[in-house]
Parts: sequence; structure tokens; C-alpha cells
Amino acid sequence: MAWFRKQRSSKRPVGDRELDTAGKWTKCNHCREIVYRTEILDNASVCPKCDYHFRISSLDRLTALCDDGEWTEFSSELGPVDSLQFRDQKRYTERIEQYQERTGMKDAVVCAEASLGAIPVVFAVMEYSFMGGSMGSVVGEKIALAAERAAATRRPLIVISCSGGARMQEGAQSLMQMAKISAALAKLREAGIPFISVLTDPTTGGVTASYAMLGDINLAEPGALIGFAGPRVIEQTIREKLPEGFQRSEFLLEHGMLDMVVPRTEMKPTLAKVLRHLTGATKSAPSDAVAAEQAIS
Amino acid sequence: MYRKAEEFEKPLREIEEQIAELRRYPESMQRDVRLERLEKKLAETRDDIYGNLSRWQTTLVARHPRRPYTLDYVAQICTDFVELHGDRLYRDDPAIVSGIAEFAGRSVAVVGQQKGRNTKQKLHRNFGMPNPEGYRKAMRIMQMAERFGMPILTFIDTPGAYPGSGAEERGVAESIAVSLREMARFEVPIIATVIGEGGSGGALAIGVGNRVNMFQHAVYSVISPESCSSILWRDPDHAEEAADALRLTAPDLVDLGLVDEVVPEPPGGAHTDPLAAGLGLREVLERQLNELGQKSAADLVEDRYQKFRAMGTIAAG
Ligand SMILES: [Zn+2]
Repeated sequence: MAWFRKQRSSKRPVGDRELDTAGKWTKCNHCREIVYRTEILDNASVCPKCDYHFRISSLDRLTALCDDGEWTEFSSELGPVDSLQFRDQKRYTERIEQYQERTGMKDAVVCAEASLGAIPVVFAVMEYSFMGGSMGSVVGEKIALAAERAAATRRPLIVISCSGGARMQEGAQSLMQMAKISAALAKLREAGIPFISVLTDPTTGGVTASYAMLGDINLAEPGALIGFAGPRVIEQTIREKLPEGFQRSEFLLEHGMLDMVVPRTEMKPTLAKVLRHLTGATKSAPSDAVAAEQAIS
Repeated sequence: MYRKAEEFEKPLREIEEQIAELRRYPESMQRDVRLERLEKKLAETRDDIYGNLSRWQTTLVARHPRRPYTLDYVAQICTDFVELHGDRLYRDDPAIVSGIAEFAGRSVAVVGQQKGRNTKQKLHRNFGMPNPEGYRKAMRIMQMAERFGMPILTFIDTPGAYPGSGAEERGVAESIAVSLREMARFEVPIIATVIGEGGSGGALAIGVGNRVNMFQHAVYSVISPESCSSILWRDPDHAEEAADALRLTAPDLVDLGLVDEVVPEPPGGAHTDPLAAGLGLREVLERQLNELGQKSAADLVEDRYQKFRAMGTIAAG
């Protein structure tokens, strides 16, 4: 199910995950306590009083997770095309320009090679501030390329999702990206390369119903909205109010859809630990087994 | 804005009634002349309406309550159909039917969403909106088909996966994702056909084929025009514009390189002559199965991979 983010209004409701960028002090969107802005920023953009996870940019994520805060981006040259000449109240081309200007990015995902805990990895990190992290052809292509690169270089793939789902403005082309990425992940799986999916707030629609749920290991940040249908659509369907915490990370953990809920401050050490286990296994056993099998046939 | 196909089909029903009325009179030259004139008028009106359907009208035709559903086609084009039930995990989902059957001289697996005809059936079939167990049943049957070397025929006809709380609790997103991943690697021919409504991820979940077809008046979209209108126009009454913007008809999807072939419908749509629609479907499926039958397992998997890998439009640099 596709999704589109309302343009930012100056008055921010509770639950909007952006951290106010102005001023020395800020009121936490969740606990409403007044906190030093730098205190939040120094704590990985997590409220020190209530552990509320503010939304962070793709670049901040890479900086926090990559060794020495360094990475090499790839496929950054790929940009969107308005092949449907889509127009609602505004032209898609205008929206693209506006978001490109605002974010300095061509579309809603950054792909990079880096090391995490000294393990070489391939990253794809979604950018929510680019059209709600919506998945169109570029997001599909870049994540498929990342999966293919991970398979070719035998590096684990880490995808950090933050998206409202498929991008309506590219119509059925966006829908097909679900199949395209899932197919690339199927190949990666056959190659015996680990794929770790990290779900952050929000991860919904076609992104959840494709790559975000396909990790060998699925991790989520606390309190993230994760689901297929949006909560409002579900409420309209069942004609009742959803209980508190429905479709949040902890709910998904309880229902068996996630391996772990990991606080942002623990994300890097957790990923490093998991990767050490998984890559240790790929180095010895499977490659030898493949060689042995080829020798026989 | 039309809400139902019956609204713009009204002139046809009126002429049909006139014809039926006239037929009750005893045969006479005068009657036959008038009948002939009415038949001609009917055909012209039908061509006029069905030759100029807007995208929104096509959407309504795709949802037509008299349109043939998966089991109608299976009954017509297959023999010895054995329906198989259940996901072996939770329950049987009547919104997806699956089984094994004979088609054009070979055994195939059949999977499709199923809508209901009357109120009771509609509720039983959940309006063709599958729960996760439906996709898991489909997966079970498709995996079995691969083990026994049977081609897989899928029939897509759903507004979407069911947006209910139970579906979320039982991981509808995961069930769709796994289906997309596994279908990509099956070493048997897969042919997917959108027979009516291809609603978003819940449709695509059984749509990863070596060939993807759409009936002439079917639609396939990332989101329904109504929902798209509600989000982008903040008002569901722009569904007509949204349908145009989304480009969701069979010719649109062929143009976008997402669909291989359009299955022709009889004049006035599949519901006016389901048997003719079924014959068209049989012809396409049989031809495609023969083509795919020439390919090795490895080629089937690689071709399917490359087919979906190429979907989308990107500016490089
Ligand atoms: Zn707080």
C-alpha cells in the first residue's frame, strides 16, 4: 500500500519523529520533557529521559554504523524519471525537484560499501525525508544493485528501511520493485550471503511486504511503526480503534515477526556480533561444501 | 463519477429488455425487422461504450459483479481439478483457491484469488482479500508443484490483501514477501494472469511469472484509484483522475513493459460472454506453456529474474 507524507507544517504534533533543529532546548515529542538538544544528539537522537527514538537521516545512520564514520557510496548517479507524467495536485517532476533540493539526494536511498566492526558490508539506507522514503524505480534498482554487489563481493547486506511503501507517482512500476528486490535477495540467499534487515519508524506497505521482512535476521528500533496496511486503513476495515502499541516493534516481536528489538545506541555492537557469527559460518563450511559438490559433478 | 459498471451499461440493459420484450410477440416480418434493428443498435451501443472506456470505467468493469472469477475459468479450461486446502499452519483461506488440474494435456498447479458472487459467498471469500494463510497455502501448493515438475498458473483478482488486524498479527507482509522471493526461484514455468482486479502487493504476491498477462479490461495498480485520490487529493472523489494518473489498464502496463500480453475479451466485456473469454485465455496459456516448455529449468529461473530485474525507469547520471 502506497503512502505519501504530508508536507511539514510548522506546528509539530506529538508522534512526529523529527527533532526540532532550532534552539538550544527542545521539548521531547514523546515525554514532553524539556531537554538539551545536544544531549539528545549525543545520545544517537534518542531522548535521554524516555528513550524515544527521533528520526535520523540516512547519513547520520551511516556515520553511526560505519567504522570510522567512513563509507564509499555507489550508484548515487541514479535518479527518478516521471515516466507516467504523473500529476495530482502537483506534478511529480515538481515534487522530485523539490525533494532533491531539500535533501541533496537524487532519490530515497543511499547505497554504500563500508566496514562494520571490521567486517566489510554493503549498506542500503533509506531516507525518509525524500518523499517519505517511498519506493519507486530508483529505490528498487539501487537495493537490487546492492544485493547483487553483496553477492558478487560476498559481503553481508544490511538494509535499513524507513518508508511509507511504494511510490504512487510511478504507478505499477513501483509495485514491481517489490518483486525485483525480492528476486535479488533470493539470489543472495542462494549464494549464502547474510542479509540483515533493520526496520525503523515507519516501515509500512510494499517495503514491509518485500525486502524489510526477508532478512536472515530482522531487527527493529524500539517503538517503530511496522506493518503492511496503515493503522487508519485497518481501523476503517474492522470499525474499531486499534489498541495502544499495535504494529509497533514490540508487538511484532511478540507476534514472531522480528528477531530482536534493538535500541539505536546498541545497534552497531549488535550488528557486529550478529555479522561475526554469520560470516564466520560462510567462510568455512558452505564454500567448501560447494567446492566439494562441484568436484563430484 | 460512475460508482458501478452497471451505471454506464444501463443503455445496453434497456435495449436488451426491449429485445426480450419484442421476442415475446409472435413472429412476423415487422417484428423481425425491428429485432434486427435493435440487435444492431445493441452492438453499436456496446462498441461505443466498451470501445471508449475511461481508465476509471475499466476499473469498474474489472470489478464487475458478473465478471468470471478464478474458479469459473478453472472449471472451463481445466479438467480433473482437485482443490487443495489449508496452509498447514493456521487455517484454510477461502479468498485464495489452489489445487492441481489438467490443462492442455498436462498436469499443472493452479492458484488464484477468489471472489464471491452473492452476499454469502462474498463474505465467505472475504471479497477476494486474502489473509496471510492464503498466501502460505499458495506457497505450499507452488512448492509442491515445483517438486513434481508441474507448471504453475496463477489468476489474479483481488482488491488487495486484507487490511485487518488479524492479518497484521499473523504477518501478512511476511507472507507476501516470502511469496515474491520464492516465486523468483521456482524451476518450473509460471504464468500469471490478471483476470480482474490486480490490487497492489496482495495481487503481485502470486504474480511473479515467466509470462504476465492481463485481460483486456483488467486493471493492475500499486494502489486503488480511490485510495490514491484520498491521499493525493485528500478526497476520494478524484478517483477518476487518479485512475488516469496511475495508468492501470492492460495497454498501459504493456506500454510500461510490465505485462507481456493482453487477453482479448468479447465485445461488452468478459461478463457478457464468459465462455468466449475463457477460450481466449486458454489459447494464450496453451501457447505460452508450449513456449516455456522448451526452456531448461535454469533458463526459466534466469529469464524470470531478468524480466523483473528490468522493470522500472531510471535516469543514469
Ligand atoms: Zn522523551
